[in-house]
Amino acid sequence: MVRPFIDKVVTANDLREGDVVYLTEVNNWSRHLAEAEVLQDEATAKARLAVGSSDVLNIIGAYLADVTPAETGPEPRHFREEFRRTGPSNYFHGKQESAENV
Amino acid sequence: MYKYSQFDSDFIRQRNAQFRAQIERRLNGSLTEDEFKPLRLMNGLYLQLHAYMLRVAIPYGSLNGGQMRQLAMIADRWDKGYGHFTTRQNIQFNWPKLPDVADILDALGDVDMHAIQTSGNTIRNVTADHFAGAAADELEDPRPYAELIRQWSTDHPEFQFLPRKFKIALSGSPRDRAVTRAHDIGLRMVKKQGLVGFEVIIGGGLGRTPMIGKVIREFITPADLLPYLEAIVSVWNLLGRRDNKYKARIKITVHEHGIDKIRALVEERFALLRGSFQGNDQRLLEQIRTGFAPPTFKTGPVKAFEQRYGLDRVFRDWVNTNTHPHRNHAYAIVSISLKTPGKTPGDASAEQMRVMAEIAEHYGHDELRVSHEQNLILPHVHKSDLETVHKMLQRAGLAAANIGLISDIIACPGMDYCALATARSIPIAQEIATHFDTLKAEHDIGVLKVKISGCINACGHHHIGHIGILGLDRAGVENYQITLGGDATETAAIGERAGPGFSADEIVPAIDRLVTAYLELRTDRSEAFLQTYRRVGLAPFKTALYPETTRIRQVNAA
Repeated sequence: MVRPFIDKVVTANDLREGDVVYLTEVNNWSRHLAEAEVLQDEATAKARLAVGSSDVLNIIGAYLADVTPAETGPEPRHFREEFRRTGPSNYFHGKQESAENV
Repeated sequence: MYKYSQFDSDFIRQRNAQFRAQIERRLNGSLTEDEFKPLRLMNGLYLQLHAYMLRVAIPYGSLNGGQMRQLAMIADRWDKGYGHFTTRQNIQFNWPKLPDVADILDALGDVDMHAIQTSGNTIRNVTADHFAGAAADELEDPRPYAELIRQWSTDHPEFQFLPRKFKIALSGSPRDRAVTRAHDIGLRMVKKQGLVGFEVIIGGGLGRTPMIGKVIREFITPADLLPYLEAIVSVWNLLGRRDNKYKARIKITVHEHGIDKIRALVEERFALLRGSFQGNDQRLLEQIRTGFAPPTFKTGPVKAFEQRYGLDRVFRDWVNTNTHPHRNHAYAIVSISLKTPGKTPGDASAEQMRVMAEIAEHYGHDELRVSHEQNLILPHVHKSDLETVHKMLQRAGLAAANIGLISDIIACPGMDYCALATARSIPIAQEIATHFDTLKAEHDIGVLKVKISGCINACGHHHIGHIGILGLDRAGVENYQITLGGDATETAAIGERAGPGFSADEIVPAIDRLVTAYLELRTDRSEAFLQTYRRVGLAPFKTALYPETTRIRQVNAA
């Protein structure tokens, strides 16, 4: 049985700051998960990951992360991705420092 | 303290200049990430979940006030105003930006510090007893040997591409405070016919295959130390499994080939290498020793201290838990707890670093140590200064009187920072510490070492905690497994897994049930948790942890 495809986004870390970034539809990297391009099939996901990975002057370690669509934009499916888009739980550092990034 | 020679300083400057150029080439696209990654790792620079992380070596955990001030400056200027002290006696900065890293390394070089070999498949920062040079029970200060090993292993041409990382720890005391039995090589100082030497232990380690090290040689003299270490590492360098990173550590090599075969190969290699150092290592050792001469100890009355100790309960509690016997009876070794309940284990703010530097400079012969238990140590404090030191620590939020108690928890950074983690460690440590602090029960509970890792790599030493907690990802949910009966000391043992794991919400009540069971089971207050565990075994603790399962089993059996 073929498993249904789970929506994905391309995510990576910014080369200079190390900050978490997401690939948008217009081939920019955004700090906001809400602005990420949601990929709804395997072939597109693969192609967009290739595009993201090739941007070696701006990012490191691009990969596909599972998301669930929501009205406000894609939501992480795994707690690791939730921490990546928020920041650590022991200090108010990382993306949560700028509320608009979360 | 060891002071850098001109050679050392030039070497660091040169390495930093090389890395500065490598960073520039990465940023302008001349180097790919695949090319750059091994270069940045050689210089201690990782990429974690939210940012880069720079791991700075604190050789054998020793640093002075000036170095601590520089770490504080780096934390303020290039990071977020704090640093994280680790179980390898290092410090990590969690938020450096790649273009700033070369400047940070230069700032470290200004105070004889660096980040070389804090990562990668090399011989890592050498660790040692954090009470070295001060402990009443010590045979000799192990740090001159540790420094000798550091110099030998730094940029050693044969050992820059080992099968895997390699960790060496030294202890100068029969009381093992350096976890020598859980390192690739552990060196335990012993005396034979009046001569000081080392028992050599190899193949210990934690991680996914935890093992207690085995004695490969009962006694090696200081003169033979480096050739013997070189023999061990070179034998492993050839035999080590480069085909499978999970089987590459020397513990697996020893396990697969047997200690007797490894011993024979090492002896053979040692016979070849023994003459090759030609006494240069011993001349260097003598030079190094001068840097570790004991401080000029103060003399003076300690009567005021004794009076204060009798009158002030808060001070007395702190002295009882946070000081240890010094070899000079008028002195004490002070452990500064970085485990204030509710705070992140091992973290210190830049301001706290400056306070610790100031205390060390004024009241501690300018010496500080980082312990593998993620606390800071003032190795030499005259007892007449303890009251002042305590007050300064209180004002800085550093006076938690909990060394060795249940809230003095080792915790790795876990999934709050680490890219390898499978679950968070820090919030679990915070909750356990806060829970028992609220109950005001931890002094009654007594010595109880809780150690938490956020993945099987075991940076939080969970296998050797009296209570070990391992955070895992179970079908997308954080889950925590408990091990019991681990021991990091000279009676080292790997803890036994207690049973199925607990969710993040269930883990504090589970630890509470374990502690309640211990309090009921112990003969009296003098029997610590580990002793009770060794006397009664896993079963009663298992019953306490899983009351429902036990009840169902009893019903079924009836």
